[in-house]
Amino acid sequence: MHPAASIIFFTTASGLGYGLMAWAGILAAFGQMPLHRGLGIGVMVTALVLVSTGLLSSLLHLGRPERAWRALSQWRSSWLSREAVAAILTFIPATVFAGAWIFLDHLSRLAGVFTALGALITVYCTAMIYRSLTPIKQWSNPTTVPVYLALSLMTGATWLHAFLLAFGAGSARTVLITGAVAVISIPAGYTLKRRAWHYDPTPAATIQSATGLGGTDIRSVEWPHTEENFLLKEMGYRVARKHAERLRQIATGAGFIAPLLLLVVTAGRQDWLATAAAILAAIVMAAGITVERWLFFAEAKHTVALYYGR
Amino acid sequence: MTSLPGKTDKKLGLVIDLDTCVGCHACVTNCKEWNTGGHMAPLTDLNAYGKGADGVWFNRVHTYEVDDAPGCSRTVHFPKSCLHCETPACVTVCPTGASYKRTSDGIVLVNEDLCIGCKLCSWACPYGAREFDVFEGVMKKCTLCVDRIYNTNLDEVDRVPACVLTCPTGARHFGDLGDPNSDVSQLVAARGGVDLMPELGYKPTNKYLPPRPRRTAAADVGATAELVSAPGGFLGWVDRLLSR
Ligand code: SF4
Ligand code: SF4
Repeated sequence: MHPAASIIFFTTASGLGYGLMAWAGILAAFGQMPLHRGLGIGVMVTALVLVSTGLLSSLLHLGRPERAWRALSQWRSSWLSREAVAAILTFIPATVFAGAWIFLDHLSRLAGVFTALGALITVYCTAMIYRSLTPIKQWSNPTTVPVYLALSLMTGATWLHAFLLAFGAGSARTVLITGAVAVISIPAGYTLKRRAWHYDPTPAATIQSATGLGGTDIRSVEWPHTEENFLLKEMGYRVARKHAERLRQIATGAGFIAPLLLLVVTAGRQDWLATAAAILAAIVMAAGITVERWLFFAEAKHTVALYYGR
Repeated sequence: MTSLPGKTDKKLGLVIDLDTCVGCHACVTNCKEWNTGGHMAPLTDLNAYGKGADGVWFNRVHTYEVDDAPGCSRTVHFPKSCLHCETPACVTVCPTGASYKRTSDGIVLVNEDLCIGCKLCSWACPYGAREFDVFEGVMKKCTLCVDRIYNTNLDEVDRVPACVLTCPTGARHFGDLGDPNSDVSQLVAARGGVDLMPELGYKPTNKYLPPRPRRTAAADVGATAELVSAPGGFLGWVDRLLSR
């Protein structure tokens, strides 16, 4: 599938933003979030900006962005519509949570719980859009939803940890909690992603079933058109195996291994070194997960490619 | 509403004969001709005469070489357009309600005034039957010539999809595949018509008739063989010499 920059940015940025606000909400619900205004501004404004710019960038992908509101109507059948509804509803508790924290010096447990719930439901809906696309085997399999949720929570935890250290806001106990959550979420995220990468990508359909022709070998000898058409531009994207291998290594190194090492080495510390390491881990991880998301699209093969002998 | 009707009154669709199709692309051309002024008009072309020409087409003909017997292959032309599936995910994934399946005849259509151009339906169609109009910013697809088949301004014989009307070899048939007694259903039964990618569960309405079995000998034309007895003499000697 064509790796459109707007969609890659949307899923990565909103995944991170929702993960960040989900952890903030969860920790607040358990009374573990320090009531620090700077931290509140840093965490919640970042999360809301990431989610909003992600949503705006997904609008850029539309042919008719001015009609985007119509996408709220078909929540009964469409995961894309459900995602849009969930995203908008999540703004309500998230804004209340952020507003109370920043302006009223109050950490609302209830708003925190609803923020976390809304954030996770939205990420779930995003994942279900891909999960339910039968023609694309790399997406319509049981690995898609766990990976989306896990990577959202992993990036969110790592960023929250970095914010706590950067603002010097957390008690030793809080920093230990966020550090531990981040450190545990990385191998968990990697295990799930590895499972997805190793999932058998052979499509259910074959050129035989796609054309209804029997025969041992069916070769495409002539395309219906001489130039690339919409189908090939949108769904015929191919990435060389060699490049895919290299990019998986980059995604693994930057998205998982480097951040894990940085966090483990400075675990239990709250000094400038730990802060620098946590910030670096957060940035490198975001870059790595962007590569992971690029591959998620670029490596996905649509059954229409069968008709072109690909 | 992008929820699917539980049952449609009719199942209008096409039956395409892969034995007869000669790959002339007449159906492709007449489809473009009719539909660029029809329900989904226009079928925008971009840079039509230059390099990188692109445009919206509802019907495309592929050509395959099929190894269907040891050491033998044959050429098969394969027209492909929307199959007006019974359970199409292209409709259910649509967030706006622009895509819908009609309860009366099962035709799958796009309401261009509602479409936001998110392209998700084109991802959900396994057959590549939907094409995005970059110029208009909306999705387009085969309408089964909904603006012909009920069009009382046309003579009754012309009330069929443009591709069916124009096919010079009669490889395309139109009718109600929900009625087991219709001509098209009978044809499908007689010729062993098949669904494309049945394993994906979209239940396509359109059916494809596979090429007839290969013939290994010419048909008997009724002429009996007449054996000429070998001549003798000089000519016989020459014949024997040359036949050696
Ligand atoms: S062929 Fe594709 S576009 Fe047509 S109804 Fe089936 S899934 Fe939808
Ligand atoms: S491109 Fe249009 S018709 Fe297709 S899913 Fe999006 S809104 Fe619906």
